[in-house]
Amino acid sequence: MSSNNSVMVFIQQDDAKVADVSIELLSKARDLADQLKTSVSGVLIGSGIKGEAEKLIQYGVDEVFIIEDTRLGDYTPMPYTKIMVEIIKKMKPQIVLYGATTTGRDVGPRVASNLKVGLTADCTSLEIGDYSSKEVDYSNILYQIRPAFGGNIVATIVSPEKKPQMATVREGVMKVGTPDSKYKGKITNFEVALSDSDFPSVVIKKIKEEKLVDLKGAQVIVSGGVGVGSKENFGLILKLAHTLGGEVGASRAAVDAGFVSKEHQVGQTGTTVRPKLYIACGISGSIQHRAGMDESARIIAINTDHEAPIFQISNYGIVGDLNDVIPKFIKAFKAKG
Amino acid sequence: MGLNLIVLVKQVPDTQNVGGDAMKEDGTVNRAVLPAIFNPEDLHALEAALKVKDANPGSKVHVITMGPPSAVQVLKDSLYRGADFVALISDRKFAGADTLATSYALKCAIEKIGNYDIVFCGRQAIDGDTAQVGPQTAEKLGINQITNVSKIEEIDIKKREIQARRSIEGGYEIIKASFPILLTVTDEGYFPRPPSVIRIMTYKNASAEMTEAGYDESYIDSSIDRISETAINLWDINAISAEVENCGLAGSPTKVKKIESVILKSEDIKMVENTEDSITGMVHELISDHTLG
Repeated sequence: MSSNNSVMVFIQQDDAKVADVSIELLSKARDLADQLKTSVSGVLIGSGIKGEAEKLIQYGVDEVFIIEDTRLGDYTPMPYTKIMVEIIKKMKPQIVLYGATTTGRDVGPRVASNLKVGLTADCTSLEIGDYSSKEVDYSNILYQIRPAFGGNIVATIVSPEKKPQMATVREGVMKVGTPDSKYKGKITNFEVALSDSDFPSVVIKKIKEEKLVDLKGAQVIVSGGVGVGSKENFGLILKLAHTLGGEVGASRAAVDAGFVSKEHQVGQTGTTVRPKLYIACGISGSIQHRAGMDESARIIAINTDHEAPIFQISNYGIVGDLNDVIPKFIKAFKAKG
Repeated sequence: MGLNLIVLVKQVPDTQNVGGDAMKEDGTVNRAVLPAIFNPEDLHALEAALKVKDANPGSKVHVITMGPPSAVQVLKDSLYRGADFVALISDRKFAGADTLATSYALKCAIEKIGNYDIVFCGRQAIDGDTAQVGPQTAEKLGINQITNVSKIEEIDIKKREIQARRSIEGGYEIIKASFPILLTVTDEGYFPRPPSVIRIMTYKNASAEMTEAGYDESYIDSSIDRISETAINLWDINAISAEVENCGLAGSPTKVKKIESVILKSEDIKMVENTEDSITGMVHELISDHTLG
């Protein structure tokens, strides 16, 4: 199938390794392409990446375009924008998706600005549907769904008049499809003439900062909010997390109050998590916080206020003082088996 | 030898301190009850520009905002903190602009100032959280960018070069680039200075006349040919030589199809008594369904 009119994904690589979010997006692109009866294409820019490209086909990708150049190993905006603009002009995809990462949010807007097409930031859901403006009826339009206004509303955005329709998509919200090792797709070298003037930025060094907090990878998260009351009381949250073998989370308010450092923050401005179990202690459950944790498999809420909104999205609710409840919880868990 | 610096700022509703009355019954946002504030990361961008000015005497800090007349508040605040020049781009024809149309208007205003070395913006605004206007403006200007800047490491005026620290997932990188460049600034490295008392005195007439009740248009210098350094410049669509088809709703490819307020699911919650027996029961349930192990 030709990549004309395809659903295209900008494939992010870091140190010549494809980012998780790009696999998520290819899986979603397959989904959308099936509904639209079209193909999935990917664009992989970097250096020494052919092996990575081959691994992508199994997610239902019909064509992976690779653009290799030693100068493209590190992401910088100018050459990446130039390549994306050229390939979009040539292949005319109907949709282009980017991960809502620091890279995707750097290149996506530039491409949109160059092509004068729409771009919706930080989508959490994508659907296909119809749209009618005053004058025209459009079918098979991309619904770009995202929280807005600090998470208080969910907006469905469309950009029906111009192609491609583009969106950046939040990491971790699209599910990775089942790989099919027999899927037939091809890898195509795409040539873009690049001169030294296309590389005005130089990455002098990259520093990895040791992750002290791994909220994304945690199976169990115990989170504290302002209801914890003080930095000292937060010790109880740490103790429960430690007992259950989990990670410590916090609401923005708890971070702002100085109970715990920002790396622990769960929510729209912090980390989005979906653990097996999320225990919200003294967190009322603002929309911003819920946006970052409401896809947890199980949620326990511990709060003195029985009307706290957090209870409405929880599987278990305990009305009570966490200083009283948590020790019982720890005792019960330690006594198991 | 100083630098020509431009800062893009935005007045936003304070979405981070939303009260219960923030949503109307029909599910739309009640903007009237949300206080308008200086977008937090834009204050950090302004501070970054002022720091560059402090370190490079002779530099000039220009602040531009696009918005309704009430957005002069953020320009006054910028003057109090040390801006040398401020301009409000305001025109009914800008209404309904998405990020693309906004970046076009900002590009036109930046080109009106001209001869710039560094353009600063906040990483993103808290009402939309898109982080798109900075990069889109850079592309329209045809200049390079460094997004997510937490710190400027070095500026070499002679070589016209900058080194900046860019926050990325799991760490940061140091980027070297030449002027002109657009930076988007995070809230990590530049704690905003407070307004200066002396500067408040200097601009206090502006303050008195720009209160919400008494917005006085006679104060605003809307002359197109003269750039005023003593007043808040008001630029309309003609003043920045913008083409109307690229502005406002007409220049915005994205349309809002639907807005829904967030509805809580409130389904099968199991209330657990705050007793040892009940809590033990819950823990057993979680262990038996392999949620806890």
